Amino acid sequence: MNAQTFTLGRAVRLSVLIFGAAIFLAPYVFMISTAGKAQSDIFSSSLSLIPQHWSYVQNFAKALTRVSMTRLLFNGVAVCALIFVFQVMIAIPCAYAMAKLKFRAARLMMMLVMLGLLVPIHATALPLYVAFDRLAVLNSYFALVAPFTISVFGIFLFLQFFRAIPDDLIHAARLDGMSELGIIGRVIVPNAWPAVTAFAIFSVVAHWNDLYWPLIVVSNQTYATPPLGLLYFRAAEAGDDYGALMAATLIITTPLVAAFLLAQKRFVEGITMTGLKG
Amino acid sequence: MTALSLRGIEKSFSGNPILKGVSLDAGPGEFIALVGPSGCGKSTLLRILAGLESADAGEIMLGDRDLSPMPAADRNIAMVFQSYALYPHLTAAQNIAVPLIMRKLTRAQRLPLIGPLMPSQRKAVAAIKRDVREMAVSLKIDHLLDRKPGQMSGGQRQRVALGRAMVRRPSVFLMDEPLSNLDANLRVHARGEIVELHRRAGVPTLYVTHDQAEALSMADRVAVMIGGSMLQLASPQVIYDDPAHIEVARFIGQPRINLFPSQVGADGTIALGDIRVGLPRETVAAGTSVTIGIRPEFVSVSRSGQQGLPARIGRVEFLGSEIILYCRLDAIGETVVAKLSPAEGAGLAAGMPVRLEFSADQLFVFAEDGRRLPSTPVDAAISLETARG
Repeated sequence: MNAQTFTLGRAVRLSVLIFGAAIFLAPYVFMISTAGKAQSDIFSSSLSLIPQHWSYVQNFAKALTRVSMTRLLFNGVAVCALIFVFQVMIAIPCAYAMAKLKFRAARLMMMLVMLGLLVPIHATALPLYVAFDRLAVLNSYFALVAPFTISVFGIFLFLQFFRAIPDDLIHAARLDGMSELGIIGRVIVPNAWPAVTAFAIFSVVAHWNDLYWPLIVVSNQTYATPPLGLLYFRAAEAGDDYGALMAATLIITTPLVAAFLLAQKRFVEGITMTGLKG
Repeated sequence: MTALSLRGIEKSFSGNPILKGVSLDAGPGEFIALVGPSGCGKSTLLRILAGLESADAGEIMLGDRDLSPMPAADRNIAMVFQSYALYPHLTAAQNIAVPLIMRKLTRAQRLPLIGPLMPSQRKAVAAIKRDVREMAVSLKIDHLLDRKPGQMSGGQRQRVALGRAMVRRPSVFLMDEPLSNLDANLRVHARGEIVELHRRAGVPTLYVTHDQAEALSMADRVAVMIGGSMLQLASPQVIYDDPAHIEVARFIGQPRINLFPSQVGADGTIALGDIRVGLPRETVAAGTSVTIGIRPEFVSVSRSGQQGLPARIGRVEFLGSEIILYCRLDAIGETVVAKLSPAEGAGLAAGMPVRLEFSADQLFVFAEDGRRLPSTPVDAAISLETARG
């Protein structure tokens, strides 16, 4: 398409897209705006995006002091990193075995993976909660991480990717003297970076933003993840101080937004590569 | 003395027999080409030998070692794949180094970060680098060592793949159609190089190809595999001049051998035009259906125009050094292909009537089940009418 020509059709297309983008961005823009408003501004009857009294500094100060923001962010990073590392450590060998090794239970495993894709976390939440309660591991990183270490979505995604890796490459590696684990470490993983990156995006976004599971297993602020921390913040500290709340929200969403902007190209690649749900 | 010996290898995939008891012996330093149409099981045989597939039955002996129970990594067999199967994330030098790293370094020495701290790791790594460079120089790819496979041409990749296979001095060398991804000019050139490399390495080599020209030109012995069985294993000359089976005769030779259905006459002979061949009476009864084969180069156009079978030229192919004639025999309606020198074929054109002569001593007779029957030419000329019967 030539960027110079500005036809009517192009104008219509662009305005539809801009309109859509504006709708999707509106809450975020409103959040940024509210984070800078004083209490009186927020509850005024007129709706304006530009704060009348600039109070970013006060709001951010409140958000940072009234709740242990570093703790929240650290928990978020730790939980996401642990989940991701375990998911990859389990899903890659599993997907490799299913894609490239011949064994009897392969079909059964494939069925189980498909079945696993169909079962949402909400269905298993209660039994897991009871089990963790009996084991007395509620309120721990273990409780936050363990249920997600086996990602059927991850297995499925890697499986599709590994199937495209030629068999001859793996045969050559075996003849060169590699063990199966050696093949995974030296041949599969170095060639699977696009899949790993795509999966990292899905995994980190999902677990950074997850409120449901932390809400179930964590009641102690020490282990609160960012979304859960926001919830506490609203209930206990901020009350109806929406300015400070929005400032806290802004702090918590910034890492992901920054990561997205930095890795935008990969993000899109990842989605187009899988062509699947996120 | 045999260096490598396969005995009664059988393999079937989900009930379909792919290999039906294949046996093969290779001497030390022998180059054997496995040739056959696609799907004949030649690649499967190679994979079983390499340890990438397991055979249902049979044994594989390397010297006096039984390889069957060994995993691929321990067999010290190297293989060049049709797709080359180079590691795409490694440079040429790293690709060639992989088999050495896996064999010469201990598990601890291979570890990232910690490995270099292990005793004598530095020395071993330097030795590997030297070997890689030597191999690269001998293959004339030392200027490519820093490139990744994606930045190389097909011919260059093929050399890297050869280097990776040869650098660890394997005890058996397997090649699975290594030239089929090269263009025609390069392929002929690479044939000679592979033969030269094989001569230098001096280990038994099994070379799978579907290209008969490669098989005949490169190998010490050619094994023709069709439908999961090895029909003949012999020198290229014997395979061509003395095929043991109709399928061998049909598969080897370009253009294809002429085959005519016929019957053994009452006197125990078979006739084709003016010529007659005798068969030993004790083996074949009169009236048995047989097939006569004659290679196109032993069919000629009669100069006098008096003798031979009348035929009409259907098509003339001029190939420079030779002329291929496709003729239709008037009497029996079969197509006959003749290969002539340009001098012999001068002036011939489609539609012309000719008389075709056959060299009596170059006739092959095959039984109904495809086996070759011993035959001897008989001198008396007989009429065409008998040939038709």
